[in-house]
Amino acid sequence: MEIFGMILIGIGAAFLLIGSIGIYRMPDVYNRIQAGTKCTTLGSFLTIIGVGVVQPEWFWKTLIIAIFVLVSNPVSSHALGRASRKKRISLYEKSVVDKTDEFTGQQK
Amino acid sequence: MKEKEKIHVHPAVNFIYLFVILMTIWMALTRSLSPPELIAGFAVSLVLSLLLYRNFEKAGFPPIPGLKKIGYSLLYAVVLLKEIILANLDVAYRVLHPKMPIKPGIVIIKTGLKQDLAKLILANSITLTPGTFTLDIEDDRLLIHWINVKTDNVEEATRMIGERFERYLRIIFQ
Repeated sequence: MEIFGMILIGIGAAFLLIGSIGIYRMPDVYNRIQAGTKCTTLGSFLTIIGVGVVQPEWFWKTLIIAIFVLVSNPVSSHALGRASRKKRISLYEKSVVDKTDEFTGQQK
Repeated sequence: MKEKEKIHVHPAVNFIYLFVILMTIWMALTRSLSPPELIAGFAVSLVLSLLLYRNFEKAGFPPIPGLKKIGYSLLYAVVLLKEIILANLDVAYRVLHPKMPIKPGIVIIKTGLKQDLAKLILANSITLTPGTFTLDIEDDRLLIHWINVKTDNVEEATRMIGERFERYLRIIFQ
């Protein structure tokens, strides 16, 4: 059981590393948020659950912490993305489509 | 249709519903049945549900769930977990690939969901799934950043991004 927990922590850490590489390599703020959100969500989820598996008496608490991370992580990335779109931070030049104007235009 | 007509539930039902949820979370967190813990949890849940039961209905929580809704919620959790793992493998592939095969863009999709909570869950799920993340919501339209744009048509994008979650959420929140 302990080894299984360690493996979970290891995989989680690997995803966190990939997430950081993604933040470094991606060309614009939106793609960086993409890499950041997805990998940190599963990465921290697995790391926290892994700690719960290694220490079984903490399992339920770690599960609840993990669920809170799962719920709150997308919200923070949504706030970041929305703010950068409102500030009109430009997209990566190879982007294929941008419908922001259509979206905000219909609002009025 | 009949369900929509009696959407107004008695406030006391909302109050009890919220109280039970809060108390369950408290007991899951403390995991003890000793009287001081229970009394503290009871007091906190009571005060919070007294303060918040009016907003609770506005948020659009589904009415007291039946077996079918609980079943679909569990199914939804499984689908979401699968999508999260796929999303991570997808992003890992794009990040580690030397040429970075991305084709980003911003598209609009539509949703048929009405309640704020349902839209919140949909937007969060979209953020957690492969290559898409929600930038903004306005009424029934969502602004989505897509890392690998396959179509810029609104209906097609809705089908490809939102539909796999929406069909479960529609049943849970009806």
